[in-house]
Amino acid sequence: MTTTAPAEPGVQDTVVTPRRRRSRQVAEEPERGILSAADRRRPQVRVLGTIVNVVLGVCLVVIGLVPLLWLLKSAVTPTQDTLTQPLALFPNGFAFSNLFKAWNDVKIGDFFFNTIWMAAGEWAVQLLVATTAGYALSVLRPKYGKIISGLVLATLFVPAVVLLVPLYLTILHPPLIGHSLINTFWAVWLPAGASAFNVLLVMRFFDALPREVFEAAKTDGAGTFRLFWSVVLPMSKPIIGVVSVFAINAAWADFLWPNLVLTNIGIQPLSVRLPQIQSSTDLGVYLAALTIATLIPVAIFLIFQRTFLRGGGLGGAVKG
Amino acid sequence: MTSTVTRATTDAPGPPAIVPAAPGRGPASNRSSAPGSRTDDSARALARRRRHNPITWVQRGGLTTLLFLLPLLIIFGVFSWTPIVESVIMSFQKTNLVTAPVFVGWDNFVAVFRDPVFWVALRNTGYFAALALLFGYPIPLVAAVLMSEVRRMKGLYSVLAYLPVVIPPVVSVLLWKIFYDAGPTGVFNTILSWVGIPPQPWIQDAATAMPSLVLQATWAGAGGTIIIYLAALTSVSPDLYDAAEVDGASIWGKIWHVTLPQLRGILFITLILQIIATAQVFLQPFLFTGGGPVNSTTTILLLIYQYAFTNSLGGAYGQATALSIMLAAFLAVLSVVYFRLTSRWSDE
Repeated sequence: MTTTAPAEPGVQDTVVTPRRRRSRQVAEEPERGILSAADRRRPQVRVLGTIVNVVLGVCLVVIGLVPLLWLLKSAVTPTQDTLTQPLALFPNGFAFSNLFKAWNDVKIGDFFFNTIWMAAGEWAVQLLVATTAGYALSVLRPKYGKIISGLVLATLFVPAVVLLVPLYLTILHPPLIGHSLINTFWAVWLPAGASAFNVLLVMRFFDALPREVFEAAKTDGAGTFRLFWSVVLPMSKPIIGVVSVFAINAAWADFLWPNLVLTNIGIQPLSVRLPQIQSSTDLGVYLAALTIATLIPVAIFLIFQRTFLRGGGLGGAVKG
Repeated sequence: MTSTVTRATTDAPGPPAIVPAAPGRGPASNRSSAPGSRTDDSARALARRRRHNPITWVQRGGLTTLLFLLPLLIIFGVFSWTPIVESVIMSFQKTNLVTAPVFVGWDNFVAVFRDPVFWVALRNTGYFAALALLFGYPIPLVAAVLMSEVRRMKGLYSVLAYLPVVIPPVVSVLLWKIFYDAGPTGVFNTILSWVGIPPQPWIQDAATAMPSLVLQATWAGAGGTIIIYLAALTSVSPDLYDAAEVDGASIWGKIWHVTLPQLRGILFITLILQIIATAQVFLQPFLFTGGGPVNSTTTILLLIYQYAFTNSLGGAYGQATALSIMLAAFLAVLSVVYFRLTSRWSDE
């Protein structure tokens, strides 16, 4: 990548000083795209551009927002109305009771907290593995580090399905522990830590940290642990934020693996439970349950939009 | 890194008392070295030996480094590296969890090839991937190019495009299952009735099931690709557009001769990534149709799952791992060939 640093926002400045930087860019001459200023002044382009803009906007609202709004609407609509007139807007009033029934009678509340507990554990394990490994491989840099990071990178190219059966048997008969981890949260927490993507993301960030700071800290008498806890970790809040958001979202979305290892209803997360209750639940209550399961991920997205939308930029960086 | 290396070399000619001489070869090599001219060599040999010494290794913090690597080594060792190796081994074994595994050579692979459902699954997966390319590959590109030219609402448009991606996949499939209700008052059938199209069977008919699955998968995945393209579009140098205009290029000309060639690299990558992802489709067939009607949506991954976990005769783990190894090998070969072919076009 030959572009100058400020034009290519890296991982570092995703969260650090985003707002100031953005407002400055808007104040300056906006970067041009395909259309030039002259193009934009041509009446034909103006009319066509407005039409395209409106059509694009309507399409995006219909595709991105309307299904969610329909879900939200149907969650508080009586089942009969949803069945007979799915697209009518509250022809016979509301049914807020759907939400309460879903939360209490169908026990969506329990599965909701199971999901949170599952996500919290996966987040903790992923963060522990990624930060300690990133510190060891990118800051301490032992000689054999290249081999280990190579082995981690290699797992990125192995499709997850290859792991499915042996991993299941490992959870059934884990080494050293002596009893099966099936139907315990450890069965989802521990394998989640083996995320090569996280390790490489953190390593890339740690590689870019100024090494003079580490030298200075060492000169001031900081040991290896002190350097990790008091210097490196506080400097890496942005990347910890990125990894956290991705980890929590991935945990919320995961289905195949928890469906295999969490067969006990009492500890199942929403993603595993929702398909099972479909046939036995009243449609209105069921849609309310789906709505509850959607709220947290959508809320996380709306709060951390920039992390998600810059995440695409991470993919774009592969280009260089 | 650099500091430790320099320290090691400068320390080397220091007092030999600290250097714990390695038993055996150490003194002999010292004695054999000629005086004067060989001192540099022996000093370097000493330094090398010192660096490999366990005690100095611990003193330099080697153990602490290893301690920091421990979480990675344990988690990746137990839950990633070992299972990958085991998967290869198991594909050549007969495992039933009761008796010890038996080596059976290529039997598992042969069993997969003899299974008629495998060929159906292979065709279905190919069909899914082809349809997904047809629907899903051009749409994000067109959407991203249009969105990148929007001045004011760009942020809002990106959020709207990405919303389907953040809905949990299970919820999104279950929601679409309701949309796909085959009755005349199903959500999609109601919309079709507005324009006079009769109700469609959607996922309940072998002919329409797979396109319905692809439609939902495209809806759920397009946002992520759009965001990648939007990021790539911002890195296209404005100078190129300026230069194209000097040469009298129209708007289409600029898109065709500047935008698309500049996106070439990322377009190649998203294409192969999409093929790799669709070859492993599982959630849609599993939750929408369970592989039906009459195996019309059974995919390779669904078959692997069925071999291993929904087998009435006990898990056919050998067959399941054999098929997953074949899938991985196929995708690896495909990627290598693909990057060989495209690197020639991307580099010029």
